[in-house]
Amino acid sequence: MDWFFNFPDMSRSDLREFKKTVDFAFTDFSRTYGQGIEEFFEPLLMFLVWFEKLFINTPWPIIIFSILLLAWIGSRSILIVVGTFLSFMLIGYFGMWEDTMSTLAIILVATFLCIAIGIPLGIAMARSNKVQAAIVPVLDVMQTIPSFVYLIPVVMLLGIGKVPGLIAVCIYAIPPIVRLTNLGIRLVDKDVLEAADSFGANYWQKLFGVQMPLALPTIFAGVNQTIMMALAMVVIASMIGVKGLGLPVLRAISNQYLALGLMNGLAIVILAIIFDRVTQKFGLRMQKYRNEGKD
Amino acid sequence: MNSKDILIKVNELYKIFGDGDKNALDLVKNGMGKDELLEKSNCVLGLNNINLNVKRGKIQVVMGLSGSGKSTLIRHLNRLIEPTSGKILFNNTNILDLNPKELIQFRQNNMSMVFQKFALFPHKTVLQNVGYGLAIQNISKDEWHDKAKKWIKRVGLDGYETYYPGQLSGGMQQRVGLARALATDAEILLMDEAFSALDPLIRSEMQNILLDLQNELHKTIIFITHDLDEALKIGDRIAILRDGSMVQDSDPQEIIMSPADEYVSDFIKDINRARVIQAKSIMTPTNSKSSGATVKEDMVLEDILQIMSEAPTKPVTIENSKGKITGKIEMVNLVEGMKRPKSLGTNITG
Repeated sequence: MDWFFNFPDMSRSDLREFKKTVDFAFTDFSRTYGQGIEEFFEPLLMFLVWFEKLFINTPWPIIIFSILLLAWIGSRSILIVVGTFLSFMLIGYFGMWEDTMSTLAIILVATFLCIAIGIPLGIAMARSNKVQAAIVPVLDVMQTIPSFVYLIPVVMLLGIGKVPGLIAVCIYAIPPIVRLTNLGIRLVDKDVLEAADSFGANYWQKLFGVQMPLALPTIFAGVNQTIMMALAMVVIASMIGVKGLGLPVLRAISNQYLALGLMNGLAIVILAIIFDRVTQKFGLRMQKYRNEGKD
Repeated sequence: MNSKDILIKVNELYKIFGDGDKNALDLVKNGMGKDELLEKSNCVLGLNNINLNVKRGKIQVVMGLSGSGKSTLIRHLNRLIEPTSGKILFNNTNILDLNPKELIQFRQNNMSMVFQKFALFPHKTVLQNVGYGLAIQNISKDEWHDKAKKWIKRVGLDGYETYYPGQLSGGMQQRVGLARALATDAEILLMDEAFSALDPLIRSEMQNILLDLQNELHKTIIFITHDLDEALKIGDRIAILRDGSMVQDSDPQEIIMSPADEYVSDFIKDINRARVIQAKSIMTPTNSKSSGATVKEDMVLEDILQIMSEAPTKPVTIENSKGKITGKIEMVNLVEGMKRPKSLGTNITG
């Protein structure tokens, strides 16, 4: 009855062998291809560095003015613009300007990458049930696997630095935009699509003329979520060498600096709130036609 | 009937929804009905051996209760639904043989559709909606704007070009739907319960707009409805579907005077016969003049009664549209024509 009380697991030596094999295989892989993969990401790294420098080196009044302008274009709300202005003044006054700029730069690049990859992926999923069935489990894994776990292979492959950090952020932040693009397109009214069909629209005309515009509010909710999740990854990304607001937080955790941790943490929250409000307002304005009904 | 008059010819069309189509098709061809098929092979019989000839420039009504397959049938004509077997000929080309490119061409140029729930594009303005069929043909913006504006005006929505569908009432939305379908100048208009979602007054108004337009445009219209009054008002010919099979396809007068079976009888049971039946359906054929007034052969009994009531004993003379005498009607015929045939039962109790 031994098997009944003790799980019949594999022997310790077998287990050790198994882990060793996996580790060696991956080490071999990263030795052979690591260089190539790193070179592949070289342009991205250059761009990231340039983009971050651009944010840091541009005089702060110009940055603030541009941000306020964008906030106004996005939201058309005086309240949000004033709030944004005060927030950034406060961040700068407490000496977090440069870190905030670094974080802003990586978040923007990460969001852009997620959109560029995520929306086409979502479209492919909406077009075919098979593609959907293949991608959904991958997204599930990406969303539930602890981020520290995929940091290991990323760091083994690419070492420590901005690019592995960016990749980690993207892995964490891309699922919502993919899911919501897929959902948004699938939720488009079948009657309306039938009408487009009956007038002889082809696949692309339906996609860009009917499905995407009608799915846009949903897709935009995905963009919003992606930005939020990218911000949430800032601290973890700083563990593998991404500069920005995450680094001081990390330092504060290991040294128990309460004030430092709080300040930088709150700066991340402020960024998140501004991004959220502006993108949400923008999303609402895009579906104005829905709210203008007479009844 | 001249075969040149026929624009669309539907030939032995079958549609079976569900898996295992091939086997199910044989079962249906050997006479299995809808319920039995569902039980035996878990397939739903959509259309069962449909044959239909639609005449050029006429309004062909297809009628039936919900679930009878009428919406399925109309969607076969532009292949929004693919049949299980059969042929649909348009000017002698089988629509079912078109490849995807040709099908898109065909839909753009030859057929357009009006939907029960309007199916307008909510993110496009009235102008963009009406011009949609043209815009996707890569016609220049100026050109489709002009055409779309013309049709918006024609359906009485002048000034609403920049509105979104959500800002319009149901009746106005369906005018947009109608204008959108007319704007492509397609020869064939498919109307899938186009007016069923509208309230009675607006519906009647839309029917008049359609008849008005038809007088001028002479489109070939396939009109789906479940409403007999509507069918009688606008149909040049009425086909009745039941459980995916065609039970009768005839002249509207014939439907009322000689219903093919109980199902059709049930349909016509509650109509106001005096307002629908025309003189030619009940007259006694003769070519000599009678003593009473002279009326046209498409006058309805109610109006003839009005005329006869002044001189009840004098039979009226019936003449055709060219003024030739074709028959006479006496008061007895009139009463006989208005009363419900015994086979249709009676509503009078006590």
